[in-house]
Amino acid sequence: MAGKLPDGDPWPVDNKLALNDSGKSFHAYVHIPFCEVRCGYCDFNTYTASEIGPIRRDDFHTSLIREIEFSKTFMKSNGYKPLQLASVFFGGGTPTLFSVGQISEVITSLRNAFGISTDAEITVEANPDTVSASYLDDLSKTGVNRISFGVQSFDSDVLKVLDRTHDPKRVPEVVELAKRSGLRVSVDLIFGTPGESLDSWKRTVGQALELGVEHISAYALIVESGTKLERAIRSKEIAPVDEDLLADKYEWASQMFEDAGLLWYEISNWGNPSVHNRSYWSSSDWWGYGPGAHSHVGGTRWWNRKHPLAYKTSLETGSPAQALEILPERARLEERLLLELRTIDGVENTVLKQLGVQPEKVASYLSQGLVELLPNQKLRVTKRGRLLADGIVLELLSGSEA
Amino acid sequence: MSPRALKALEPAQTDPGLIRNFCIIAHIDHGKSTLADRMLQLTGIVDARQMRDQYLDRMDIERERGITIKSQAVRLPWELDGQTYALNMIDTPGHVDFTYEVSRSLAACEGAVLLVDAAQGIEAQTLANLYLAMENDLEIIPVLNKIDLPAAQPEKYAEELANLIGGNPEDCLKVSGKTGVGVSELLDKIVRTVPAPVGDPNAPARAMIFDSVYDSYRGVVTYVRMVDGKLNPREQIQMMSTKAVHELLEIGVISPEPIPSKGLGVGEVGYLITGVKDVRQSKVGDTVTTKHHSATTALKGYAEPKPMVFSGIYPIDGSDYPNLREALDKLRLSDASLVYEPETSAALGFGFRCGFLGLLHLEIITERLEREFNLSLIATSPSVVYKVTREDNNEFVVTNPSEFPEGKVKEVQEPMVKATILSPKDYVGTIMELCQTKRGSMLDMQYLGEDRVQLRYRLPLAEIVFDFFDQLKSKTQGYASLDYEDDGFQAGDLVKVDLLLQGEKVDAFSAIVHREKAYNHGVRITSKLRELIPRQQFEVPIQAAIGSRIIARESIRAIRKDVLAKCYGGDITRKRKLLEKQKEGKKRMKMVGRVEVPQEAFIAALSTDEKAEKKAK
Repeated sequence: MAGKLPDGDPWPVDNKLALNDSGKSFHAYVHIPFCEVRCGYCDFNTYTASEIGPIRRDDFHTSLIREIEFSKTFMKSNGYKPLQLASVFFGGGTPTLFSVGQISEVITSLRNAFGISTDAEITVEANPDTVSASYLDDLSKTGVNRISFGVQSFDSDVLKVLDRTHDPKRVPEVVELAKRSGLRVSVDLIFGTPGESLDSWKRTVGQALELGVEHISAYALIVESGTKLERAIRSKEIAPVDEDLLADKYEWASQMFEDAGLLWYEISNWGNPSVHNRSYWSSSDWWGYGPGAHSHVGGTRWWNRKHPLAYKTSLETGSPAQALEILPERARLEERLLLELRTIDGVENTVLKQLGVQPEKVASYLSQGLVELLPNQKLRVTKRGRLLADGIVLELLSGSEA
Repeated sequence: MSPRALKALEPAQTDPGLIRNFCIIAHIDHGKSTLADRMLQLTGIVDARQMRDQYLDRMDIERERGITIKSQAVRLPWELDGQTYALNMIDTPGHVDFTYEVSRSLAACEGAVLLVDAAQGIEAQTLANLYLAMENDLEIIPVLNKIDLPAAQPEKYAEELANLIGGNPEDCLKVSGKTGVGVSELLDKIVRTVPAPVGDPNAPARAMIFDSVYDSYRGVVTYVRMVDGKLNPREQIQMMSTKAVHELLEIGVISPEPIPSKGLGVGEVGYLITGVKDVRQSKVGDTVTTKHHSATTALKGYAEPKPMVFSGIYPIDGSDYPNLREALDKLRLSDASLVYEPETSAALGFGFRCGFLGLLHLEIITERLEREFNLSLIATSPSVVYKVTREDNNEFVVTNPSEFPEGKVKEVQEPMVKATILSPKDYVGTIMELCQTKRGSMLDMQYLGEDRVQLRYRLPLAEIVFDFFDQLKSKTQGYASLDYEDDGFQAGDLVKVDLLLQGEKVDAFSAIVHREKAYNHGVRITSKLRELIPRQQFEVPIQAAIGSRIIARESIRAIRKDVLAKCYGGDITRKRKLLEKQKEGKKRMKMVGRVEVPQEAFIAALSTDEKAEKKAK
């Protein structure tokens, strides 16, 4: 839900959509659009208190619950039978600005509507400085079993460029508290912040590994248009990031994580794989609740209205969706290539055949060692190919269309 | 001030003694179109409501660039001392590339208005056209324009003009096309001093074609100047060179829109429509007569325009090749000077080698192809014609560097030009230095007035078509002006420099350059390409070579990161749209072997830094 929403077709007034049968699994994403401050690099759909107008944070969960009820009716009336939820993910924004009670009510509503499987992964994103021991304890009693901390960096100069307010020294303490509450812990790191040296990044990776968490995501900073950071780079207040340095940082981190026993499973993710994260890469079905959230159900994608007020208002009469997109077969296959090639599982070779990818292109990448063929006839990027994944997909697809 | 004529004279029934045919010779920006606008208004043929700036410039490109490409003739009624006259104003182009069009306009006139900017003085181009007019025995009316400008120095430049054409500085009229001051006096003077056309009304009809324009609705519109006899509507006319006969569907005058008439008589200027579809069937310089009462001798024609500059034009998308051919065929209908033939490039696929009158002509044609026919094109670096003799005495005419023969070469001849440069005297040193570096040899130097100098140089055409004019302008703060004419061939120490991407020769980047400049050329083009070609998934060496000897090398390092880290909360639509966008971008790249080369690289690689920077702005 970053940036401007895509264009698409209008949502049907009668809420009738021809949905495919339910997919291999069903997931829920819940978007909590609130933050204490807006970070300079962030173009996510989130709002600080001053930006929100008549929306009140402490009863916003009722809107989310309303959408859950709408989704249940909608799927039923269109003949789609959702499976029990395999994962729930609270993202934002800063979901921990919700009280535990609010989160709990949302989970209960989801459970009542669809059921949540006993081994489901229920994750909440958190800022290291918005949680206390009691909050974490209470959270773990609601069914939440995983927490993902937005650590980003341990270098306070880097955090300052990112406008992050937390004190990196607090991180080991909150991670410890979370573990004690029985939560599985993941941390998000960002590399390639302008001004971050290779040494600074190495220290961040080292300190992240010392936390002993089961999962780490490391994302190269994307300078999104419309952010404060982008403006600063455009006006030359801040130097742009060197792509080769990004590659060095990625390769170093990747090696360190793997040496520490965290298994690589997607371009930017290592460790015990997140069920929810994987659902995105494997084209599973999920419903995204909340303003600006994206859904993918029965072969159709849609996205909700972005502003919390517009979202809330539209729910009073029906769907909060702004637009939808029914994927043609070819787009579906291209997405599979785009998303699955970058995972540990890889993409089925038949997908490439159906797309008409020229075999010599695949052969060339195989011989260059940028992709590899797995014993089950799936194709995936090699360690060397990971950083070139998008370029490889583009090259494979070019000339494949009639 | 004379009153506007109340009733215009009827075409075909006008006494030649009441006709005045004139053209306006002027440099670009010296205000010719604006002066013409005032004349249209003053004579009442365009009213205030219909008036728009640069009324006579028809093509978008003409209007945007402020230059006139095609000449036109307009009939203006004017009254002097109680007598009504018919004035024919024949517009002329003002750029060096189109000199041949000027000469044919001059042949249709008895007088020329020499229009000079009162703040700038005469320019080389105007001077060249002035000499042409004087050779044609035209009555010259010197006029200083833009006298309303604060920087105008009419006295100074009147003196300069008087020196050039003889007579007194006081004879020079002072006008402002912008405010209209002096324009009616100018029209009076045209009536008084320009001789009336002379011809035999009873002789067989003879009309000189001075322009031929393709109109998508009406076919070819031919502009003629009647010399003898008369042409009538519905008559059978004959082209004297080809003996081809056409029926006259329409005959008339332009005032300022086409108005059919009962014919055209001696001395009159007007248009003919016969329904032919190709301007080459109604050729400029040819003589029109009637089938039944044909003339025996044709009027003196003009030299056919000769292409000076060649460039390969290729569609980015190979499947556009038939569309490109069709577009060129259409453009040729209205532009007889455009020549082209199919050509194949290993790097660029199928395209056409096109010949142009000059760089401006090239730019205008490629712009029209892209704009009017919606094509995406690559134009290779412009080249001139070389005559190459091999040691085995085989001779080759090379219009494309990639055709340069292999094997030992005995001699390479290149086309030369005689260039005339006018400039304030302070810049003479700078200009001489520039001409030196461009391999020029000085012919002479002459003062025009107290502070302006005319320099004449013999230079290789190849040096001029490249960036000479831009450099001349920038080194003289825009004060110098240039004109040149063909001056035969001359042997030169020339070599072909090839460019290799990943060890493979890319024919589109080959160039023929002087041996002493080969190294610099190699260094420049390799480093330029290193900037212009994006990093690929593998390292790309770039080399410049003469034969098998490498003279410069660069390398584009392989790209290391080409992946977006994150997929925000399942916004896969966005990710796929990004992929779609990248796919489109990739289509605009030309594959050269395994290397993707962007369109701009083909043009920018061979232009100078100054020019590339200018484009970037």
